[in-house]
Amino acid sequence: MSEIVAGWPILSILTFLPAAGAVLILLSRMSARGLNPGYDNGVKLLTLFFTIATFVVSLFAFAAFDPANPAFQLTENIPWAFGASYAMGVDTLAMSLVMLTTFLTPLCILASWVIEKQVSSYMVLFLLLETLMIGVFCAQDIILFYIFFEGGLIPMFILIGVWGGERRVYAAFKFFLYTLLGSLLMLVAIVAMVSMARAAGIENPFSIPALTEFAQSGGFSPDIQIWLWLAFFASFAVKMPMWPVHTWLPDAHVEAPTAASVVLAAILLKMGGYGFLRFSLPMFPDASHFFTPFVFALSVIAIVWASLVAFRQLDMKKLIAYSSVAHMGFVTMGIFSGNEQGIQGAIFQMLSHGIISGALFLCVGVVYDRMHTREIAFYGGLVNRMPVYAAIFLLFTMGNVGLPGTSGFPGEILTMVGAFQVNAWVAAGAALGVILSAAYALTLYRKVAFGVIENPNLDGITDLDTREWVMFVPLVVATLVMGLAPGYVLDFTQNSAEAISAAFLGARP
Amino acid sequence: MQFSAEVLIVLAPLFAAAIAGLFQRYLGDKVAMGLTTASVGLSLVLSWPIFIDFVWGDGQARVTELFSFIDVAGFTSTWSVRIDTMSAIMLVVVNTVSFLVHVYSIGYMAEDPHRARFFSYLSFFTFAMLALVTANDFLQLFFGWEGVGVASYLLIGFWFQKRSANDAAIKAFVVNRIGDFGFALGIMACFTFLGTIKFFPTAAGDLALFAGSVNGVEVAGQIERLAHQALVLGDVVLPAAEVTAFLLFIGAMGKSAQFFLHVWLPDAMEGPTPVSALIHAATMVTAGVFMVCRLGELYHIAPLASGFVTIVGATTALFAATVGLAQNDIKRVVAYSTCSQLGYMFFAAGVGAYNAAMFHLFTHAFFKALLFLGAGSVIHGLHHEQDMRYMGGVRKPMPITWAMMTIGTFALIGFGIPGIGAVFGLPGLGFAGFYSKDAIIEAAYGSHGIGAQFAFWCGVGAALLTSFYSWRLAFMTFEGKFRPNPHAHHDDHAAGAHADHGHDDHHHDGHAKPADGSAPAHESPWIMLAPLIVLAIGAVLAGAVFYPYFLGHHAGEFWDHVIPFHEGHHDFPTWVLWAPLIVTVTGFLLAIVFYLWKPGASKAMAKGPVWAFLYNKWYFDELYNFVFVKGARALGDLFWKWGDQKTIDGLGPDGVAASSRFFSRNLRKVQTGFVYHYSFVMLIAAVAFGAYAILAGIGGGQ
Repeated sequence: MSEIVAGWPILSILTFLPAAGAVLILLSRMSARGLNPGYDNGVKLLTLFFTIATFVVSLFAFAAFDPANPAFQLTENIPWAFGASYAMGVDTLAMSLVMLTTFLTPLCILASWVIEKQVSSYMVLFLLLETLMIGVFCAQDIILFYIFFEGGLIPMFILIGVWGGERRVYAAFKFFLYTLLGSLLMLVAIVAMVSMARAAGIENPFSIPALTEFAQSGGFSPDIQIWLWLAFFASFAVKMPMWPVHTWLPDAHVEAPTAASVVLAAILLKMGGYGFLRFSLPMFPDASHFFTPFVFALSVIAIVWASLVAFRQLDMKKLIAYSSVAHMGFVTMGIFSGNEQGIQGAIFQMLSHGIISGALFLCVGVVYDRMHTREIAFYGGLVNRMPVYAAIFLLFTMGNVGLPGTSGFPGEILTMVGAFQVNAWVAAGAALGVILSAAYALTLYRKVAFGVIENPNLDGITDLDTREWVMFVPLVVATLVMGLAPGYVLDFTQNSAEAISAAFLGARP
Repeated sequence: MQFSAEVLIVLAPLFAAAIAGLFQRYLGDKVAMGLTTASVGLSLVLSWPIFIDFVWGDGQARVTELFSFIDVAGFTSTWSVRIDTMSAIMLVVVNTVSFLVHVYSIGYMAEDPHRARFFSYLSFFTFAMLALVTANDFLQLFFGWEGVGVASYLLIGFWFQKRSANDAAIKAFVVNRIGDFGFALGIMACFTFLGTIKFFPTAAGDLALFAGSVNGVEVAGQIERLAHQALVLGDVVLPAAEVTAFLLFIGAMGKSAQFFLHVWLPDAMEGPTPVSALIHAATMVTAGVFMVCRLGELYHIAPLASGFVTIVGATTALFAATVGLAQNDIKRVVAYSTCSQLGYMFFAAGVGAYNAAMFHLFTHAFFKALLFLGAGSVIHGLHHEQDMRYMGGVRKPMPITWAMMTIGTFALIGFGIPGIGAVFGLPGLGFAGFYSKDAIIEAAYGSHGIGAQFAFWCGVGAALLTSFYSWRLAFMTFEGKFRPNPHAHHDDHAAGAHADHGHDDHHHDGHAKPADGSAPAHESPWIMLAPLIVLAIGAVLAGAVFYPYFLGHHAGEFWDHVIPFHEGHHDFPTWVLWAPLIVTVTGFLLAIVFYLWKPGASKAMAKGPVWAFLYNKWYFDELYNFVFVKGARALGDLFWKWGDQKTIDGLGPDGVAASSRFFSRNLRKVQTGFVYHYSFVMLIAAVAFGAYAILAGIGGGQ
């Protein structure tokens, strides 16, 4: 299959195919003027087609990709102004996150079938969002990365701000404030890095691989690394989100429409982890060592704090959002343990969390679409009317709890194994999260699914329909396959993990 | 990927569970029940020959590897089926009890509308348990460990409409997770110190904990290295072997309901009785004992951790027996008895008598499953009455159940006469529990380990209490006159299964109150009695038949280096040999006095403060509820309302938002404003950056 795509700019096709769909929808809107009653449905179908096509293209890219090769592959490079260039390329880390994105987006479109307000704008934004998300992982030029990284937030703001719930303005504004702060600092750091690299005579100072090479040959002195690390950290920590800059996430989730929540939890949060792995560890290894205790502390606090707060939530989405914060604590802990188990575990946890938290938000969406409330107390006894839904919800709840056999387990255990080798107390603190997650997740499940139906509004609630079945089946399969045979994923990402780990451990003082 | 009959033993129940669970609507209850029961039957038929081969043949330890589970830089786990003496014992225990429980449930659950789901869970449990016992590394063990935990959670909460059942299910899972916290850290410690989590090598050159032979080549284990390493935590330096063994034992304490983490087991009785027999008596709760014995070589080099095991086990044996004295719910008495017997197994392991621990695990499975299923038969016969205060006079209407329960009681109290039976190579003649329990008490007496003497006295004391509460149960249930429940009954089940009405109505019609004071009960159907009879045979014979292999002359060949095994010395003082029998008879006589001869005395006793303390389980639930549940809630509220909302948001975004609202008042709408803000900042930034880059480029002369 790799022969088929040889010579094609496959990553550009992959990245801009959704955008092409968006353009097509805009053109059709101009000509149809939105009068045709079947128009909205047509837009949904078209969007679904484009997202599935993108997934198919990503499969081709996957086939053309050689996981045994540690270098960036499928590269493209078109120079433009002042030494920057349009450079694309992926390694196994980026490729795995691209696959996650293209796999989840069609399911999000299926979940968005219930959208009735300004359908074509919604779909255009969603397609643009997909382009920007894929772009983040494919970009090899630091300016290009920055554009995709920050640009992706604009469609998300609008999705929350227009299609969101009652307090959408507050939520979007909070999101905006945090992200703005982080991104400005990161921009300053990028400028500094590029100018230093240029001053040192690096030929293409905007190229991420060139910068990495420059950094690893001692280009940034440990003192400078500290400042650069902090600036990048400001941006990535907000994205993760890490404690104490996590409070935007529950609000954003609560107000966001279902599909936006899925994307937010499943993919946008992963940009923080991706950033740490792509920039912080390989480019500023000395600073990363210096800050490891700091990140460990924040990670453990995030795990324990967010789990306890999740335990007290009254809103289903808020509970899952807090549980995301806790799960991301495992990711940061794994990344900064720096050994192969920790980094592999962190990557796996990111992918698994993408699937499980995405699925959990879809589960909330299913009952929200029927009852228009996310209040936990409203529900109860759903298993009586919705046995299939209850079974699927249970599977993902168990995944969230990190049960072995689901994809939630390998990431958690590997990150803890990684951390234990560095500091046993950190692993012990994180392991508290294993207890607490069982408490809040099973309590949520008990309140929503078990018991008798006491609320008369729920008497007529119906089980999953065909669309919802189609939406959940791929997620169920992915959860179980990644849980029982995680080796497929771990072997794939091994290259990147080894390289990052080597870069980090090589700088150990 | 290899395949063998041994793989089928493990996987057959999984396939049956999946098919019965996924397609229950299309298959119907009968097919689902038949399929799951047949699959466990198949596993049973395949596993007995393996066990017999280890007992009377020359069974060799072997591993079938399926495919890789996790493999990251030495942290390697492979799905495998390990067959050796330890797993062969567990295979027959698990499959025998599971098969009998499946059969029994066909009768017991006959009226339940969710039978297919029930059988699917039972078979899934069996699979997870089999995966646990055939594991060749920590991760598969942990997979099975958590798998049985989920099955337990689902089955305790099987009557999902019942709030108390749901709460008990969550409690069981969460308390087990506290154990898993230690277990997981133990796995990490093991990997950190030894670089492997594999138990035995499967190929020459494999890193593994314990030594083993591969294709005739002896491969060394890593375990001795643990003795020379240490965990450094700041100023504290701890011996690696002790830390690892201690952490792993925390996991065992959770799963096997040992002191401090025992609180979930009595509540687990909310599940249907066959579940209690299978999971919460015979198999799952013994997983902790199995693990400690499996890792015997580790505990062997960790005397402090072993001492901890001994003390916790001994304390549990005595503590649970005291609580068992005062319970009125027939299932709770048996549950505390289970807790107590598990304590015996642990202190046996703690003093290094791993073979005695495994033997008690083996015999206990038969008689405890028998007692639970017998209790279930009584409950079934009395229309779901579980309170022994409202029983009595059940012997006459349920003679077979009575006879089998009596055999189970004799086996549990370990009745037997020491000193006779030397002809057969036996230390005495008695029921199954006699051989294993006496061996444990003697091992504790003969050991110089930490806490061993304490364990000996706890063991003897618990034997007295065991006899007393067992006969109390037997007398309150079967003897005397029937004492009807003055309160409206059926509340146990009423909220549970609505279809039970059919069941109850059906039985009520045929039973007017008998004139002779016996209970208005009915004997259970043969499909429930047959498993009782099979288990009763085991409760009588399992001890005498297998004693020579687990403990006696053939033990050396039988265990074949799978666990550390030493020829024990058999010259204990006579009083040590006779002590268990003496206290057992004493307990029996006391029970006669209090519950047959002078029932008024027991009623007076039940009013005292000591009784209340015991009845309320030493107030553990109240204490834990106050400290942990309320504590977690308070902390959660504190972190959320004070931490996130007041402090972080108040100082951060809300503070900024308040000030920026002041500035943005002139802008038309905040609602759309933020997008423009953001785009504007990005644009400005990009322009500034571009300008800078160009200037820098010029300046750099490029």
